Amino acid sequence: MAVVGEAAGLAGLHVRPALRDRLDLPRRVVFLAAASMVAIVFVLLGFIAWQGVQLFVQNGYPIGSVISTTWSPQDAPISFGVLPFVAGTIGVTGVAVLISAPLSIGLALFLSEVAPRWARAVVQPALEIFVGIPSVVWGWLGLTILVPFLRTNLNGLGFTLGFSWFAGSLVLSIMILPTITTITYDAFRAVPQDLRTGSLALGTTRWQTIRHILLPAARAGTLTAIVLGLTRAAGEALAVQMVIGNRPTMPTSLTQPMTTLTSQITLDMGNTVFGAPDNNVLWTMGLILLAISMIAVLLIRKLNRSGGRR
Amino acid sequence: MNTGDEMTTTTRAQDPIEASIDPSPATLPPRIVPVGPGRTADDARTGSPDVAGVAAMPKVAAEAVSITYGTKLAVRDVSLEVPERSILALIGPSGSGKSTFLRCFNRMNDLIPGARVTGQVRLDGIGLMDPDVSVVELRRRVGMVFQRPNPFPMSIYDNVAYGPRRRGASDRAQLDELVERSLTRAALWTEVKDDLRRKSGLALSGGQQQRLCIARVLATEPEVILMDEPASALDPISTLRVEELMRELRELYTIIIVTHNMQQAARVSDRTAFFNMGEDRAGYLVELDDTRTLFTNPKNQLTEDYVSGRFG
Repeated sequence: MAVVGEAAGLAGLHVRPALRDRLDLPRRVVFLAAASMVAIVFVLLGFIAWQGVQLFVQNGYPIGSVISTTWSPQDAPISFGVLPFVAGTIGVTGVAVLISAPLSIGLALFLSEVAPRWARAVVQPALEIFVGIPSVVWGWLGLTILVPFLRTNLNGLGFTLGFSWFAGSLVLSIMILPTITTITYDAFRAVPQDLRTGSLALGTTRWQTIRHILLPAARAGTLTAIVLGLTRAAGEALAVQMVIGNRPTMPTSLTQPMTTLTSQITLDMGNTVFGAPDNNVLWTMGLILLAISMIAVLLIRKLNRSGGRR
Repeated sequence: MNTGDEMTTTTRAQDPIEASIDPSPATLPPRIVPVGPGRTADDARTGSPDVAGVAAMPKVAAEAVSITYGTKLAVRDVSLEVPERSILALIGPSGSGKSTFLRCFNRMNDLIPGARVTGQVRLDGIGLMDPDVSVVELRRRVGMVFQRPNPFPMSIYDNVAYGPRRRGASDRAQLDELVERSLTRAALWTEVKDDLRRKSGLALSGGQQQRLCIARVLATEPEVILMDEPASALDPISTLRVEELMRELRELYTIIIVTHNMQQAARVSDRTAFFNMGEDRAGYLVELDDTRTLFTNPKNQLTEDYVSGRFG
């Protein structure tokens, strides 16, 4: 003890730390990793914002020119109206969420409140596999199975339904189902068990407990799930593009072909020259898409804050 | 015992508040009714036959109740009776099955996967284990207060009105009255009456939250209240308030309380049941008696050791 005290004791406290300790390498590495992540995000945002305004800056089009429903990038009179794409994106994702949200919330309720353990053990991995299926596969399935099915089997209803808004929304709704389900499920599981037993002990039915305790308590989480589903759907390009028909006009009917921001960008980006107006308008559309998802992210943050206060 | 007793019993069921305002001693039955294991044949035969039937009928009874979780026996063969408007305390060391046993009376064990209850539990003589018993209706008549206060994340008013509303009560004036009455009876009204609708139940202190939970139970107008260590998560002052409250509630309700705190059992209860964990790690009833007798002059050596603090 005494030896240690003489060797490294009080005097040891004043020895300068080794070079390695002064550099503090691990801390720097993780800091660098975090910093580069943030930097990449900001550089990307800056680049897309910069490219997104080139149509107005470089090519001299007035900002108002994109607020039009006419899309004619090659044939005179040239018009870069992007409203059909914005409306298409909103329309196709909106209907997809309308289809998917009730199913997802129902599935989450089943998993969280009703399912016996074995059923949960089956459904949860199934959902994870669901997430893992690449979007091109969904699109292909939509193209080869769903669209022909709709076309041949729904004729009796008095309209033809092939490549269409409805087909796009249906494919999207399946793709976002696991997203909404898992996040809603987590929100339900986060509701303290005490509240459930407290409610049941007052002589309420399981459904009353779900309706009056569980759903309100998980409200913020459920809305977050829906908004995340919306953003996932709005950002999805490939699968939608394969079944939606890609007609650059304002969406008029669920049975008609339409287009979205993402599908138009992927269709046109190979056929245009960097810097040309018809290329720059695609960047503008990308910027609009980015703005939509940023609004969604802000919305989620706000929801979670207000949800946590309660 | 006379017909007056019978009448009070029915009046109470219809209008409990009347009884609380005017608890004329003559109209209330004696607090400590000697039934249960200590009951003798003579007690059962007291009075005229018809009145004796009413007086001797225990409010709640357990008959040879055993509870298993999966393959583990948690409670073995417990029989006891609780007379109306009395407090029975269940005491005993951890693992002696008190809480598990308590949950038979409102069938909360149904919610636990793998739990199985055998034997019979009776409320007013009606078998609660029978398949045609409505668990929802049962839980309205047998309320429960939990160890940890669990107010709902909603306003104080909505917390108290929760049970009645689920039963379809929507008349504003009636609900207002019921909420006030329940909160008053739970000794919380004066503290919260100014922001009933604005303040969340979660914004109250722990002791207030527990009284809110009691008010919430009272609002469903139960006959029996089960309390599972209702004061164990509270500070001493709040504990005292909850104990005072229990003594007041005894005028109107039949109460069964699980407690780790022997002083608490001694302070609030009329009768006390001592549970212990057997060699097979299953809980069983060792002794049940008037609280004073059980604490001062227990018949069983185990009880003696426990109440004098030698184990547990």
